[in-house]
Amino acid sequence: MILGLLEKLHSRPARIRWGLLTAGLLVALGLPWSLYPPVATDILCWGLFAVAFDLLLGHAGLLSFGHAAFWGSSAYVTGLIAIHSGLPFYVAVLGGAAAAALLALPIGFFAVRRSGIYFAMVTLAFAQMVYFIANQWGDVTGGENGLQGIPRDLPGVDLSDSFVFYYAALPVVLLGLAAAWRIVHSPFGRVIAAVRDNSARARALGYAADRYKLVVFTVSAFLSGLAGGLYAVNHGFASLQEVYWTTSGKVVVMTVLGGIGTLWGSLLGAGAIVRLEDWLSTSGFEETGLVTGGVFIVVVLLFRRGVWGTLTHTLRSRTRSSAPDPEPHLEHDHDDSSQPVSS
Amino acid sequence: MTSFLQQAFNGLVSGSFYALLALGLAVIFGMLRVVNFAHGALYMLGAFGAVALGDSAGLGFWWALLLVPLALAVVGTLLERLLIRRLTALDPLYNFLLTFGIALVCQDLLRMKYGAQSQPYERGPFPGSMDLGLFDFPRYQVFVLAVSVALCLAVWLLLTRTRIGTIVRAATERPELTRAFGIDTGRWVTPVFGFGVGLAALAGVLAAPMRAVNSGMGSDLIITVFAVVVIGGLGSVFGSVLAGFTIGMIQALGNLYVPVLSQTSVYLLMAVVLLVRPAGLFGKEEHA
Repeated sequence: MILGLLEKLHSRPARIRWGLLTAGLLVALGLPWSLYPPVATDILCWGLFAVAFDLLLGHAGLLSFGHAAFWGSSAYVTGLIAIHSGLPFYVAVLGGAAAAALLALPIGFFAVRRSGIYFAMVTLAFAQMVYFIANQWGDVTGGENGLQGIPRDLPGVDLSDSFVFYYAALPVVLLGLAAAWRIVHSPFGRVIAAVRDNSARARALGYAADRYKLVVFTVSAFLSGLAGGLYAVNHGFASLQEVYWTTSGKVVVMTVLGGIGTLWGSLLGAGAIVRLEDWLSTSGFEETGLVTGGVFIVVVLLFRRGVWGTLTHTLRSRTRSSAPDPEPHLEHDHDDSSQPVSS
Repeated sequence: MTSFLQQAFNGLVSGSFYALLALGLAVIFGMLRVVNFAHGALYMLGAFGAVALGDSAGLGFWWALLLVPLALAVVGTLLERLLIRRLTALDPLYNFLLTFGIALVCQDLLRMKYGAQSQPYERGPFPGSMDLGLFDFPRYQVFVLAVSVALCLAVWLLLTRTRIGTIVRAATERPELTRAFGIDTGRWVTPVFGFGVGLAALAGVLAAPMRAVNSGMGSDLIITVFAVVVIGGLGSVFGSVLAGFTIGMIQALGNLYVPVLSQTSVYLLMAVVLLVRPAGLFGKEEHA
């Protein structure tokens, strides 16, 4: 997961890079020793979800407000496979992620026709459709009660202990993170960034911008599905909460808090929000939206670079006194919206 | 036939709420390029405002209908002045996220105060129903429909027949050019935002006597309204209003004939519209 530091700190000595990578892996390995193991696994799942989301927001410039559709549909499909097949949970999770990617194809097909704020609203609306389906198709999804009793099957290993399950889930998450890193630093990733920065120019260069957007949307949905499937196995159930729009909002706040476009910052954002919500709920405070919403307002108004963005920005401006980093970019392609009226 | 007409009428009544909210979203978007996610929360605050006025001051429906939208319009102008304005120079998505945060905070604050249970509001006027031969129209719902249609018409006349409307429309379409003519478009941003918020609050007060008043009432509605404005064309006042009433009807009739599809029909329709006219039925394709 800390592979990304290689890129972020490419100007720093190799020692530091390897040091940070090792430190990151040690944190990942030691997490369930210092935290209640199910919460540690939650951090893994939300972390992967947030990284998958940032792949889309930070690197393709597309703000999806409907990512709960992929996290949640995978939670349900993973649960159904695990309950009815008796296959190892890895297979179930993979099946769930594949289902999320399949779902992303039609949704993405419609959504990438618009960009910016429209993209956000269209993805939100389609995710709400998925929510209604999950709600109404009670025979399969359990409706209001959710899908109960999802097993953690793995031949030869007893995963009933959450501490053990953490280490069974970790490789899936690490692979997912490595895939996200690999995609961002591939020629494909460069094209995605070019489409984000100036889609007209990318089109003029011969890249089918919409098709690239659709591919990255689907990949992001697949990785979100891996995370959602693991989450369902971790908790043993999938509920309507997983497909509700507040879940979509939660992953946005994690990414924005960590720093848009930083990929690894999303992990920090996810860790912070999961810890905060766990702490609040154990102290009997139910209005978590008050806190999530408050974090949203503060971060968007005062802290737009996010934790990781601020960190690397400070490091960079200390090492070189070159031009300052620009603000994080969301959508540069103003296809839909002309200049705002300023006063 | 009677049940068809009955449902069509019910559809127009729920369309009234879609139209009032979509109308506010459209004028706010037109002037500020802000998609106000907090619009549903402000509608919810409008309904709670009516309940609170009744509980604490004993003021009835008509006072609420006058005072609550005015008070929330003031809150809206403060919101615009203090928070939204800071982000106008940036990507519109930041304001979308900001208003999302505001919506979450409003919703949970009300949940802390009132709990998740629905609040009763028994002060609505026009009880009973009237018989027009076909079926019994609940008199209050006829009133809601009339108010909504009248307001939509009034806003349309305001935009097309008055000088203020001309300025707002010009600033919406060509902000730079409008300013070049020496018109201070910035002066109109805050009042337009306040006006849109006032409309949402008014819809909330109208909803209080006939809908469940609870902290979640705005959050589900706003997402349907987003689909409505995508269908009608964001920024198009006429398209938003027309789509609002149409979708209310489609949902209600769908409930009669294909109940399974009723709630999802609006999103299916949105998919079709995006396929045929990505800018919405009455939206204009904009290029910067």
